[in-house]
Amino acid sequence: MATTVLAPGATRTYRRSALYEWLTTTDHKKIGILYLTNSFLFFLLAGLLALVIRSELAVPGLQFVNSSTYNQLFTMHGTTMIFLVLMPFLAGLGNYAVPLQIGAADMAFPRINALSFWMLPLGGILMFSGFFFGGAAAEGWTSYSPLAQAKYSGSGTDLWIVALLLIGTSSILGSINFLATIFKLRAPGMTLLRMPVFVWTVMVTSLLILLATPVFTSGVFMLYIDRNFGGAFFDPASGGNPILWQNLFWFFGHPEVYILILPAMGVISEVVPVFSRKPIFGYKAFIFATLLIGGLGFSVWAHHMFTTGAVYLPFFSLTTSLIGVPTGIKFFNWIATMWRGKISFATPMLFAVGFLSTFLVGGLDGAILASPPVDFALHDTYWIVAHIHFVFFGGTMFGVFAAAYYWFPKMFGARLDEGLGKIHFVLMLIGTWVTFFPMHLLGLEGMPRRIADYSPAAGWTDLNTVETIGSFIIAISVLPFMWNVFVTLRGPRDAGDDPWDGYTLEWATTSPPPPYNFDHLPPIRSERPLFDLKYGHGARRALPSASVATTQEGAS
Amino acid sequence: MAGRAEALPAPGHGARQGIDTALVGMLLFIASEIMFFAGLFGAYFNIRAEHTVWPPQGFELDLGLAAVLTVILVSSSFTMQYAVSCIRKGDRTGMVRAMTVTVILGVIFLCGQLYDYASLGFGISSGVYGTLFFTMTGFHGAHVLGGVIGMSVVLLRGINGQFSARHHTAVEAVSIYWHFVDVVWIGLFSTLYLLR
Repeated sequence: MATTVLAPGATRTYRRSALYEWLTTTDHKKIGILYLTNSFLFFLLAGLLALVIRSELAVPGLQFVNSSTYNQLFTMHGTTMIFLVLMPFLAGLGNYAVPLQIGAADMAFPRINALSFWMLPLGGILMFSGFFFGGAAAEGWTSYSPLAQAKYSGSGTDLWIVALLLIGTSSILGSINFLATIFKLRAPGMTLLRMPVFVWTVMVTSLLILLATPVFTSGVFMLYIDRNFGGAFFDPASGGNPILWQNLFWFFGHPEVYILILPAMGVISEVVPVFSRKPIFGYKAFIFATLLIGGLGFSVWAHHMFTTGAVYLPFFSLTTSLIGVPTGIKFFNWIATMWRGKISFATPMLFAVGFLSTFLVGGLDGAILASPPVDFALHDTYWIVAHIHFVFFGGTMFGVFAAAYYWFPKMFGARLDEGLGKIHFVLMLIGTWVTFFPMHLLGLEGMPRRIADYSPAAGWTDLNTVETIGSFIIAISVLPFMWNVFVTLRGPRDAGDDPWDGYTLEWATTSPPPPYNFDHLPPIRSERPLFDLKYGHGARRALPSASVATTQEGAS
Repeated sequence: MAGRAEALPAPGHGARQGIDTALVGMLLFIASEIMFFAGLFGAYFNIRAEHTVWPPQGFELDLGLAAVLTVILVSSSFTMQYAVSCIRKGDRTGMVRAMTVTVILGVIFLCGQLYDYASLGFGISSGVYGTLFFTMTGFHGAHVLGGVIGMSVVLLRGINGQFSARHHTAVEAVSIYWHFVDVVWIGLFSTLYLLR
């Protein structure tokens, strides 16, 4: 046996139906898988909404939906993708991987963990039920007043508010759980500066959620009071201020974009070293950059409000330019890790490299917008739509799929098929570029976002048609993934405990891990205890040498 | 060399040293609550800054009643801390008595607030000042109610013979929460009644 097999003995089993087991579980691994499954279902739903949106925009004229329905579609697409897909995808990955990576038996508060999860499907159903009660929310995911006031919108917006209160509470409880777990349940030897990068990113993300989401909750409560109890928070006629909503929303909304990208960056930082057969380059610089993003993330929110005339442009322009620096540091980390490494392009690595290309474009789009004169020209054009999709789809979703292929053997004991995985990757990468890149050009030509139709004379038809084709390529790319999961789960579970020759603790237990995860742990002297175990502490390459092979033989 | 011999037993579930995990959870929860009230206070000052006459014409608050309620709530923090110091010494009877007084003070505060609401000459829908006043004090009142419920649970558990000098995390947790609610009220009282 290899030295990494530290399998716990058999644990006592209870006779329960599988359904009961999944509905009542407090095991962080099962809750993690529930999070991921739920997020994937909402991903398909939000993707369908996006396909209707893109079909409508393919050519001028209103073919499929009227403009009122169109408003509901893009509102629900945006809200669903952010609150019910990306956030819970990352929360699910964190739930699964964080306790394993720090050598803990479970999350700190397992029952609160289950509560956090079950609020999500409930919130999602409430939000979508708007379609059956006179139309879903239709003000965009930012829900600005006065559009969001009772005068202009129906019960769909109230359902949207209640759903977001639930989902926000779920995130806050989840973040408390992650932080308590990371602060209190690390294995002996797992100091803060020996935590895997993914755990660090989840920790900083949790801090952002903990401190930003409650402000959003207070703003959403105010909106609810305005709409239902005759409040005047955002009504200038009664002494209120509509810009107040924008401040409250973006004080949360901008940290939110880092909430959505940091754990994906963490995934990339787990995958790139393992498939380059080297430790990560500049671990401490990466941690510092993550903390810097977390701190600066609270000082840039008003760059979403440059054109309101109500914010101090030089300050927010400066901080927005600064926050690009730590992201640049991370790119340097990833590229230097790959530099002179022995790279293998398994599917997780392909998605990681795809992430580097698309997220770079998305990040640069944002850095350009830090300049107020440029922002005044591009505000509310398709440039913004290009930016958000390159960072969230090209960034976060690529990170999520990298993680899915990377941790699937740990979760289910079987590796996803490489051939189908590569088809998935190639289609998704092409689809992403074809769909979202032309949006830059449309933005520069002045096409506004959130319009259901445009004039044939505007000259935007060709690019829109190309984007619609791209969106269907993305939709098709998901099919090989689903087929892959289906056939792999029906096949043999023969991946073994450590199929990628990984560096971190989750690979030291069985696949799938038993309840409470570990019986024994290897000694922890760095952020890569398994790497140390296999290749020696302080080694610079993860390539088996003759002496290591002998040691492994001797130890087995 | 590296090998199985060096493998250490996994620590299992639960913290081994330092501050209790449940208290860490409560402190983190209070951090999020601070940000929730920060949103409300931010809204208040944002709107306050745009008005030259504040409070607007026709909005009169009952400073006397609020001052009495402030004294009651601040006193309850002291009785709460006395309850904690009792249980830290293993004096469960003293803890139960002090906690009973704290619950009663909390209930008196809530009744006083309801009386205040009923006798004020404006409501949540009479302009932005009314909206701000009732939203901020209302959310605070909801937190007082939550604290009273939490303290009642701890009180019942104490009456039933639970808690000792070593095991009383719930008492500590509910006391931190109660002090937080108290501090928020001091902020509200200063902002709404004194600074204006």
